[in-house]
Amino acid sequence: MQMPADAVPVLELDGLVRTFTTGGGLLRKGRSMTAVSDVSLRVAAGDIVGVVGESGCGKSTLARLAMRLIDPSAGRVLFEGRDVTQDHGPRLRPLRKKLQMVFQDPYSSLDPRFTLRDCLLEPFAALGETAPPGRVEALLDQVGLDRSFAGAYPHQLSGGQRQRVGIARALAYRPEVVVLDEPTASLDVSIQAQIIALLQELHRTSGLTYLFISHDLGLVRYFCTRIVVMYLGSVVEEMADPDAVPRHPYTAALMGSSFVPDPTERAQIVPLEGEIPSPFALPPGCPFAPRCARVQDRCRASRPALTQTTGASKVACFNPVEA
Amino acid sequence: MSGTVHKTGILATIRRSVAWRALATIKGGVAGGFLLLVVLGAIFAPVLTPYDYDIQALTNAFQPPSLAHPMGTDEFGRDVLTRILYGARTSLSVSVVAISISLVFGMTLGAAAGYFGGRFDRMVMVVVDLTWSFPEILVALMLVAIIGPGVTGTLVAICVAYLAQFTRLTRSQVMALKTETYVEAARGLGASHAFILFRHLLPNCLGPVLVAGMLATGDAIILEATLGFFGLGAQPPTPSWGGMMSSGSGLLFKGPWIILFPGLCIALTVVAINLFGDVLLAKLDIRDRLRVV
Repeated sequence: MQMPADAVPVLELDGLVRTFTTGGGLLRKGRSMTAVSDVSLRVAAGDIVGVVGESGCGKSTLARLAMRLIDPSAGRVLFEGRDVTQDHGPRLRPLRKKLQMVFQDPYSSLDPRFTLRDCLLEPFAALGETAPPGRVEALLDQVGLDRSFAGAYPHQLSGGQRQRVGIARALAYRPEVVVLDEPTASLDVSIQAQIIALLQELHRTSGLTYLFISHDLGLVRYFCTRIVVMYLGSVVEEMADPDAVPRHPYTAALMGSSFVPDPTERAQIVPLEGEIPSPFALPPGCPFAPRCARVQDRCRASRPALTQTTGASKVACFNPVEA
Repeated sequence: MSGTVHKTGILATIRRSVAWRALATIKGGVAGGFLLLVVLGAIFAPVLTPYDYDIQALTNAFQPPSLAHPMGTDEFGRDVLTRILYGARTSLSVSVVAISISLVFGMTLGAAAGYFGGRFDRMVMVVVDLTWSFPEILVALMLVAIIGPGVTGTLVAICVAYLAQFTRLTRSQVMALKTETYVEAARGLGASHAFILFRHLLPNCLGPVLVAGMLATGDAIILEATLGFFGLGAQPPTPSWGGMMSSGSGLLFKGPWIILFPGLCIALTVVAINLFGDVLLAKLDIRDRLRVV
């Protein structure tokens, strides 16, 4: 889905930075690392934006920043054009109703003492509201769970069923945008397909917008309308078309390493060489330079900016792969 | 072991309750049954015994156990069983009330310290750890010395002596639980701190803390008896188990039953409380819950 240049994106992240400090004590200064460094992202209504990258690249931190669950060190979060970066506590409630999240781990994201009914009523209870009658049943129907599950406890459900509850809960407010933080990462492959199918159906029927966080590039290409590739806290490539040929060497390497079921179409997998730089001591140049096959001298000296290539696609590379 | 229970109503609710399922085990049944017996004995003492706990009958002193006096009589001719039944009222109620108050304060302090952290946490923990660095009996003795002997002094002493334990336990539980994703999920739903504390964190740490409270009640009975033994607890003629042992200690050879029976009562009650606490802890595990359909 192509966004007109003048349209206000429903969710916009503008130059988000988040640093964490670890260690440190009374006399020792803690070490700080940049989990997310200067990430900007525009999500238009109806989009499914996929954020993909290795574990530790800051994609979950980005999801929490977008959800306003943690405060950014710098940058802004805008929802429907309104800056919500300075809002806290009760002032965030209008945003909560429009922006919801599905968490990665369906095992720890549900309170073990809550029955499914409690779980689905919690969104209303948390805001001191009463749920409309029949809402619990409607939500269970919507995510394909039998109504008799309402009295069950989370430990009596399978991972896939729990994740359906997580999705139902995110839908309770009838939100506009749902942040999906690796919703299938801890599920079996067969269950993953069911959950993705459910998310697709909800996208179609409820007119939702997704920010989909994943490490599975194959899944993201299949599911998303736009792809953002992150490496060590920065966006290295934005693909306006999920089927486009990757331009950044890192994206190319990621795609090259995904498994193709058909053995005749399998190319030789070239594993990435070299170490990921420590996020505590990032090199001055491109963060991917130490592992890059196309590395040049200037890559180690200065950092390439995210620049437009074809259409709305962008790449942060001095020596991108030819399209 | 999750079954399905279709029935609703009072009976079904009782059957699903943790206490009931703890009682249904052999260990829990024996221990819980004994405790129930002691509590009922304390409540119905005036009906169960024809004697008064404070009327002296010196001609009747030092009677060994007999049919008329199953646990004998003391140096003033008072029926020991009667005094044990009435003494249970003091010993049990002081311990239970003191521990309950201590639990409420400890949980509130610990939950707030664990949840909010930072400077508030450090301030609370310094004070709490200070009381914890002394043995309970020392803290209790110091407080009784300040407040003065009697039931109120004992109550406050037990309260403060066990506060540190409950505060620390609740704090550590809350600190572990607050990193759970469901807490973050609740924040994502717009829940307030109070909602997260009272709906998620406290119910999830209630089990271990309540069991700790139960076990501490056993200790508190001993502490109350110790204070009573030193003459700092309930003042005569109000009977308390510790006080009875204290007066019996000088008469060990003249009438061993005077110290034996209250001592036996303390020991058995504390053991029963500990056993029941054990079973309760096992039964509080959420996976032991039945599904409500």
